[in-house]
Amino acid sequence: MDAAAALAELKELSPQLDAIVLLDRGGQVEAATVAEGAAAAVGRAAAALVRCAEAVARDLGRDQVAQLQAATPEGSVFAVLDEQRLAVATTDSDPTVGLVFYDLKTLLRKLAPSPAGGDA
Amino acid sequence: MWLSLLLATGSVLGTLVYRRRSARRRRRVDVYFADGSMLALEYGAPDADSMLASAGEILAALR
Repeated sequence: MDAAAALAELKELSPQLDAIVLLDRGGQVEAATVAEGAAAAVGRAAAALVRCAEAVARDLGRDQVAQLQAATPEGSVFAVLDEQRLAVATTDSDPTVGLVFYDLKTLLRKLAPSPAGGDA
Repeated sequence: MWLSLLLATGSVLGTLVYRRRSARRRRRVDVYFADGSMLALEYGAPDADSMLASAGEILAALR
């Protein structure tokens, strides 16, 4: 499935998501529901956010970061990671946290490369 | 009359203090790890502050 189409579908299904940006693990924007300039700024800040979370994980001897939520009175920022991508979404200040994470994980699963077929 | 004024002032000040504390409570970062564990970082912790700053940049970029 095309990344832009997947984002558009998710935006339609999940009204509590204000903006969604899909990045590769290097912070480059693959698709977004916002303008290019804003998406690039989000990419840079999201990459910094994840790097900081990963540094915390390393310092505390924790496992890899899978997802995070940064909650502020102005709204929340959610980030879900897999091996290839980072999905970032923003919501208002009172989101249904579990649902947002579920939706973003589903997005990444849809875009993940399919496993190669087994031997016949 | 003075008692009423005192009560009104106290109510306003109390509301302002409560709202400020509530706002701070709503600033936090929850990090979830691949093993299923979670770490909650509250506003004021050094790592939380830098992550919250990045989150603020994201929200500002999308306004």
